[in-house]
Amino acid sequence: MYPSELKYTMDHEWVRVEGDVAEVGVTDFAQQQLGDVVFVELPEPGATVTAGQAFGTIESVKAVSELFAPVSGEVIATNDALVTRPETINAEPHTSWMVKVRVSSPGELGELLDAERYTALVTG
Amino acid sequence: MTDVAATPLKTTVLHARHKSSGARLVPFAGWDMPVEYSGVTAEHLAVRTAAGMFDVSHMGQIEIAGKQAMAAVQHVSTNDVATLAVGRAHLSVLASPEGTVLDDILVYRLAASHFLLVVNAGNATKDFAWISQQLAGFDAAVVDTSSRYALLAIQGPKALDVVQTLTAVSLAEIPYYGFAHGEVAGARATISRTGYTGEDGVEVFVPPNMADRVWQAVLQAGEGVVIPCGLAARDTLRLEAGMRLCGQDMDDTTTVLEAGLGWAVGWEKPSFVGSEALRAEKQRGPARRLVGFEMLERGIGRHGYPVVHDGQVVGQVTSGTQTPFLKKAIGMAYVPAALAVPGTAVGVDIRGRVSAAQIVKLPFYRRAR
Repeated sequence: MYPSELKYTMDHEWVRVEGDVAEVGVTDFAQQQLGDVVFVELPEPGATVTAGQAFGTIESVKAVSELFAPVSGEVIATNDALVTRPETINAEPHTSWMVKVRVSSPGELGELLDAERYTALVTG
Repeated sequence: MTDVAATPLKTTVLHARHKSSGARLVPFAGWDMPVEYSGVTAEHLAVRTAAGMFDVSHMGQIEIAGKQAMAAVQHVSTNDVATLAVGRAHLSVLASPEGTVLDDILVYRLAASHFLLVVNAGNATKDFAWISQQLAGFDAAVVDTSSRYALLAIQGPKALDVVQTLTAVSLAEIPYYGFAHGEVAGARATISRTGYTGEDGVEVFVPPNMADRVWQAVLQAGEGVVIPCGLAARDTLRLEAGMRLCGQDMDDTTTVLEAGLGWAVGWEKPSFVGSEALRAEKQRGPARRLVGFEMLERGIGRHGYPVVHDGQVVGQVTSGTQTPFLKKAIGMAYVPAALAVPGTAVGVDIRGRVSAAQIVKLPFYRRAR
């Protein structure tokens, strides 16, 4: 259900790390809670995000929620396909990355949850 | 993300059915209710193009009967029941003496001196106490009959076709806002040509112990046509149809006229609760009005967001969503009467950034008849 190669936050974002770059998205649990996603608002490339701070918003028919950065760093890419097709997040949450961040404080990655602990969080 | 409820949530008689058929349940007005089955978009579109079924058994029922029942209903609600024939229903308002909205209700005339009021779930207890208090001097019994009914809403252009296969009552002969008694799937039922979606359809009152049987029968008869729906789609459907939601678009701080429900006031009838205030307000004109708006820029104006005009905050959004059918961001808001004109440019302050919107005529969606 929750891929073991991803790391997770208590705020229901996931991170896929390759080298010093982290892809960030929202989890299957998050998309289920939100319902049908209609807007995503993402930062511009070059923006700096800080772990635990809001970096964008995700909006469903029902509600709007903030996106919280799992790690700190510089945004090097945003997934503009999600802006035009936000429903992809409902269909494929764990491959729908929103931003790629060049990680500035690798130590923060150690504070994220692994798949097992995240699964316990959302099913407990 | 989990809330600890102070009091246990109430459940409808279909609660187990919702859980076992995969609905997502959330607390709503003190009830544990299905918010989504297959998803708000799919459910919304099903009701606009085929049919959907909602469990609205959480709605409250209050019956008023007795020698002075008609005078009693005249006194406690705004609309004129003298013009309401037996077998018909109309929208009305429980107004405060100040003319504000305590609840919006449907009044059914079951017999000359027997009325059924369908009230909002979250207001049912309060409404019953209020009505009982207001009618103390009338020769009429006021009874909370909520536990005697389960209520299923089958809505959409194909709703009548499906329900017709389960009843001998000729549904086509029931006028809009009329009702008839009969059987549906073998259950004693009152079938009402009403709804809260902007589509044709029926609301079916059945004894609680028959609700699951009827629910299953409709899904079976309507296989491939009717899908079960939750409250999220009910909310987007009613908003698209320009229907107000009590507690969100209007409450005891907004008047009946501000909420745009002057058409549900019997101006010709003698004094009733709120009549003095409402007549005075009608004469001078309400200071603000509930209007529809459409976003012209990206974003959704949601409940509580400020409405801006000429750099000033002039009002507040009461409801807003991205509608699955019209595929645009719409909403309702209170604005000063002078701005309540279709075409007026306003802004909606969406989390600190003002996005352009314009006032439009309600409803956003009107079905072809």
